Amino acid sequence: MVKLTIDGQQVEVKEGSTILDATKKLNIWIPTLCHHPDQAVKANCRMCVVDVEGQRVLQPSCAFPVTEGMVVHTHSQKVRSARSNILELILAHHNQDCLHCPRNENCELRIIAEKMGFNKKLRFPLHIKEGMDTSSPSIVRDLSKCINCGRCEYACNEIQTVFAITKENRSFDTLYTTPFGMDLASSPCINCGQCVQACPVGALTIHDDTEKVWQAIDSDKLVVAQVAPAVRITLAEALGEEPGSISTGRLVTAMKQLGIDVVFDTDFTADLTIMEEGTELLGRINNGGVLPMITSCSPGWIKFCETYYPDHLANLSTCKSPQAMFGALLKTYYANKIGKKPQDIYSVSIMPCTAKKYEANRPELGRDGYADIDVVLTVQELAKMIKSAGINYKDLPDTQFDDPFGLGTGAGEIFGATGGVMEAALRSVYEIVTGEELKNLDFTEVRGFEGIKEATVPVGNLNVKVAVAHGLGNARKLMDAVRAKQVDYHFIEIMACPGGCIGGGGNPIKNWEKMAKRLKAVYEEDKNLPRRKSHENPAVSELYKQFLGEPNGHKSHELLHTHYFNRSDILK
Amino acid sequence: MEETRLILNNNTNYNPVCAKEYAKNGGYEALKKAVQMTPEDIINTLKESGLRGRGGAGFPMGLKISFVYKTPSDQKYVVCNADEGEPGTNKDRVIFETVPHSVIEGMIISGLACGADKGIIYLRWEYPQVNELLTKALESARKNGYLGKNILGSNHNFDIEIYIGAGAYVCGEETALLESIEGKRGEARFKPPFPGVVGLWGKPTLINNVETLANVPLILTNGPAWFKKFGTEKCPGTKLFTLCGNVNKPGVYEFPMGVNLKDLFAFGGEVKKGKLQAVQLGGVSGSIINAEQLDVKMDPETLASKGLTLGSGAVLFIDDSEDMIDLLENIMEFFVHESCGKCTPCREGNMRLLELIRKFKDHSATLEDIDTMMDLSETMICASLCGLGQASPTAIVTTIRNMKKVFTDRIKEEQNNG
Amino acid sequence: MLNEVEKIASAYKGRKDMLIKVLRDVQPLTNNTLTPEVAKTIANAMDIPLAKVYNTATFYALFSTEQRGKHVIRLCRSASCHLNQAEELLDQIAKKLQIKVGETTTDGLFTLETCECLGLCGSSPSMMIDEDVYSNVTFDQFKKIIGKYR
Repeated sequence: MVKLTIDGQQVEVKEGSTILDATKKLNIWIPTLCHHPDQAVKANCRMCVVDVEGQRVLQPSCAFPVTEGMVVHTHSQKVRSARSNILELILAHHNQDCLHCPRNENCELRIIAEKMGFNKKLRFPLHIKEGMDTSSPSIVRDLSKCINCGRCEYACNEIQTVFAITKENRSFDTLYTTPFGMDLASSPCINCGQCVQACPVGALTIHDDTEKVWQAIDSDKLVVAQVAPAVRITLAEALGEEPGSISTGRLVTAMKQLGIDVVFDTDFTADLTIMEEGTELLGRINNGGVLPMITSCSPGWIKFCETYYPDHLANLSTCKSPQAMFGALLKTYYANKIGKKPQDIYSVSIMPCTAKKYEANRPELGRDGYADIDVVLTVQELAKMIKSAGINYKDLPDTQFDDPFGLGTGAGEIFGATGGVMEAALRSVYEIVTGEELKNLDFTEVRGFEGIKEATVPVGNLNVKVAVAHGLGNARKLMDAVRAKQVDYHFIEIMACPGGCIGGGGNPIKNWEKMAKRLKAVYEEDKNLPRRKSHENPAVSELYKQFLGEPNGHKSHELLHTHYFNRSDILK
Repeated sequence: MEETRLILNNNTNYNPVCAKEYAKNGGYEALKKAVQMTPEDIINTLKESGLRGRGGAGFPMGLKISFVYKTPSDQKYVVCNADEGEPGTNKDRVIFETVPHSVIEGMIISGLACGADKGIIYLRWEYPQVNELLTKALESARKNGYLGKNILGSNHNFDIEIYIGAGAYVCGEETALLESIEGKRGEARFKPPFPGVVGLWGKPTLINNVETLANVPLILTNGPAWFKKFGTEKCPGTKLFTLCGNVNKPGVYEFPMGVNLKDLFAFGGEVKKGKLQAVQLGGVSGSIINAEQLDVKMDPETLASKGLTLGSGAVLFIDDSEDMIDLLENIMEFFVHESCGKCTPCREGNMRLLELIRKFKDHSATLEDIDTMMDLSETMICASLCGLGQASPTAIVTTIRNMKKVFTDRIKEEQNNG
Repeated sequence: MLNEVEKIASAYKGRKDMLIKVLRDVQPLTNNTLTPEVAKTIANAMDIPLAKVYNTATFYALFSTEQRGKHVIRLCRSASCHLNQAEELLDQIAKKLQIKVGETTTDGLFTLETCECLGLCGSSPSMMIDEDVYSNVTFDQFKKIIGKYR
């Protein structure tokens, strides 16, 4: 342990801690911008500089290690002056339209200016960086708001290994942008939105589709929504409550109050996916099909695979994602059931995911000139609609999801966490193959935030070898091993976002501390549901009986399965 | 006054790239000694000599090597910083053209002292002739057993390769240099950790300026006591000064540390035309003094006591026909071009200082602008991530301090009449 | 041309530290211009992301993504050269070539740029054309020198 003094107060911290760690222990606020608790230290914004006695210059508290007997001043004249000037320099190179910026509520720059009491006129002429990119269905890039912190580049290159965003030029002209000024839609971007999650300001935001939904609500169309598993975990947080506050019943009420006609639960098609995918997996194992089979519900992962591993498209499960399966059922089976034309149903999907907007636009997800999913709204967008409608989310009563697609099991619900799809699949595959009841439903070996998890699960005569990866940097490691034939898994789950869907780009801004709380809630909700195995979902069984026939049958293949494309041209 | 040519010794009537000839003229004697010494002995010799870095930072060489030596690692490096980019400085080029083997020998000895077997010379791309002769010199050293495996029959290995830059002054900063060798943008790293502990490819690395390394063989050959006969008590040895600007006899000259600036001026033949107006010491990142302040000893301590720096040893003489504001504009344009862009104070601050100087150029500045320049400079000096941003405001700050009239003469007309 | 670029780059496959050398070595083949095609060729041949080729190339003054000519003339504009009439020489050269600084002659032969200190401060003005170094350059000398490159 190391003892040091900060602003006259003694504090003791572990060896190897930074001054910032020590100030946190003392609850002293230090402004930071380039610092992110889940990323490597950059020390480039210089907002966190402090006065360390004996040092020639001010030192960045995010990077400078503590030493025994160190004496630090966090608001000496030198520090106050430096902080103010640094903030002023950033503001003089920044878009000034804060009043209508989508990030103005939680903009880290605005919060710092407020906490510092910065209210002087800028002494430097205003320069605004040029570059507005709305080419992507998922993410909006506004360079005029970029403060060159580098957090997006770290997320895209170091964590996700997608390499869509990089740096251009040097000095005053340094920009965080795509190579050769290509727009995001032409870049290797896979729409995961981790850059949006990393950005401290409004330079990277979610593509806002709320107006489309308002217009649909105002029209004659039947507005039918589906709600992803992770949404019930993160929506309350987006509306100011504690991370991990589950609000399943309240969100249905809120959506009905907004004017959405029907609210279904994507957990239902998550269960359906398990039936289709489990059957597919067993088919491949028993009939010499392509292994390892890899999950296909994460659209960010799918585009990543199509771009970087097009030689392994055959490994992907042909199952559509739960969102896509739902879309197909709504516009065929459900439309028919309620006597409506598919064009008169407006299907909205509420997702924690920005890449779902890209997925919904895939031409193969529709038929006869219409799309299965008309619009995807992320959690952040739904929260915006709820707030603007004046709904008091905190005190809403619960409402049930609508029939016949409102019933989901715990297996479907845990899709929201990394390892959830794998665990749900194992729960069903085990019972279906062995005919025995699982004593313990909790496959804890595939749970948690470790980058790559492995397990061997005895299922009857077969030891099923599985792997789970989350975050595309980990996916890349796993896929390189698959490509080099260094591993022999049967089944792999890959989620593009670190942590799985609860870490998706469309959720409220996260860090691993909040993620731990969201994760806990996922498994809590699972435990509290009356049914926890997909094959025990009576609504799913009913659907097969009434309409689909059998898993992987003809109707399933027509509506619930898909195909993929080689997009490696993007790199050439 | 005569030069004191220790490094640029007078016996250079031989082919500088030839290792044999260098050895015939006393070269590689130090290496012969060093392969028999322990690392501690070499380090102590250098510590005793008082040799300090000649690139501008002036860090004690022996101490620097000891950090690398003390850090355990399977691989260590010795890097020679030959990215000489400070405007007004040519000394390293002259050293390479005159006595390249002294640098090679210095690197090998440093490698023995810290436990490194790989050396890299980071050479700026603008010196293609130096690349050519260095390549030949290295080949010659290898042929004669001074580089490669089992140097001079010992069980020490050391070899050197050249890495060429691509036009970035900031790569003269040691951590940006390492980034460049790793094939990346030359952006400075924050310290700690220091390169001696976490350097090239994360391994303990010794980085030194060309001139510093060239001193090492001299010290081992002649002993620390001999070295301390030259220069000052706190900074022994000689310094290569580059005289340039409006001076009659520009060039690189070697004098003991502590030589008087007015003697340098006389040696350089004074100004070509008119009268001396100002002098900038140490390159464009150095201090500007007026013509009345010439009586000063050029060693780090004396200069520091007057708020000045030695820097690279460049001395830019400015005659009275030059417009100081125009020169400051040129200097700030340099820094705006060369800032790596990583940290806020330097990336943004250099441009803003340039804008402010231009207000003085077009007579639209106010008195407040002088305060703004000082205030902004203060922040850049104390909060920038590396030496570039910390030093770039020096020209402006010292001109305000020593030649304020240059600014006040250009204040907006209304202010003066008001 | 891209085949030659590929040949040079693939010799350093997986060696991301050699990127700067590769970028330098392909300059004569590509009219000193890093186009998206050349960048992608290098990226694929070296097995490194295009983003990395781009972020490194745009950092260093030696490289350019803007169209340049067969030869690049670089005139030093730093302090000592500045005090020794470098700008006047630059103006004369620009006028002769009928282009502005940063532009390329219509025949695609010469691009005129300024650069920072070349380390020839005692013999200013100084200049480089590609990898050839010239010092104490007068306008008359320039006219003779430029003839060698036509």
